[in-house]
Amino acid sequence: MRVEIVDGVIPAAEIVAGLKAGADGAVCVFDGIVRDNTRGRKTLHLDYEAYREMALAQMHGLAGEAVAKFGVRDVALVHRLGRLVVGETSVLVAVSSAHRGAAFDACRWLIDTLKRTVPIWKKEQFVDGAIWADGEPFPEGIGVAPAAEAVGQLAEEEPSPGRGTAGPMERKE
Amino acid sequence: MFSEFEPSNRRARVFFLRYMQVKVLYFGVLKDMVGHRSSEMELPEGVSVAGLVKRHELQLKSSAEFWSSIAVAVNQQYAKAEDVLHDGDEVALLPPVSGGLR
Repeated sequence: MRVEIVDGVIPAAEIVAGLKAGADGAVCVFDGIVRDNTRGRKTLHLDYEAYREMALAQMHGLAGEAVAKFGVRDVALVHRLGRLVVGETSVLVAVSSAHRGAAFDACRWLIDTLKRTVPIWKKEQFVDGAIWADGEPFPEGIGVAPAAEAVGQLAEEEPSPGRGTAGPMERKE
Repeated sequence: MFSEFEPSNRRARVFFLRYMQVKVLYFGVLKDMVGHRSSEMELPEGVSVAGLVKRHELQLKSSAEFWSSIAVAVNQQYAKAEDVLHDGDEVALLPPVSGGLR
């Protein structure tokens, strides 16, 4: 399984060619590319960033899970980071399998799950400003909606005055 | 009488609060909100993931809706709100990931 996070152009044709083997009857490819607008607002470029080590580990997990879950033969999962312009590939998912049904299903599941669970973010640069794209909500079991009792817990955790704790705004690296 | 002031006494022990150091990483919109990529935080032992998120919520004053949308990873694994942090942990605050319309 070819699972990578790269900083340069994703060699899509090479990856797809390298995935094919004699036992395969189908290769399904999802090529995610940079669109020229978001809701009609003209996009100049996108900046992708990741929690790199964790994202790669998550991607390896997804690739293995896809093989186990859909019975496909092989999977390639490659994501690019950094600045991408309109038309460039940001993510490539390719799945090879004896039959097309499993290849389609695994490919769809991989991109949808990657987009919801792998820690990669994109900042959209428009002509008139930049915003971090709204992500999809995390699937159940991943997010940590702070419980109501967290406020109470905070009070209990710091019973003694005196020794301060560093806030998130302090101690820059 | 004197034993009340011994460290072994339960009442007294609360004054000997121990601290731990965790590394907090910020990504996406959170990195912009905080103004940097990471910080070292000193926290009382026993603080949970939810407690750490709450500290940020109180300081950064973004909407409660935003804070309930994030995920937290401890040592690169998704964590639950009630998980307790330990000295030396790497804790990442993760806004919803890049998504996109289906």
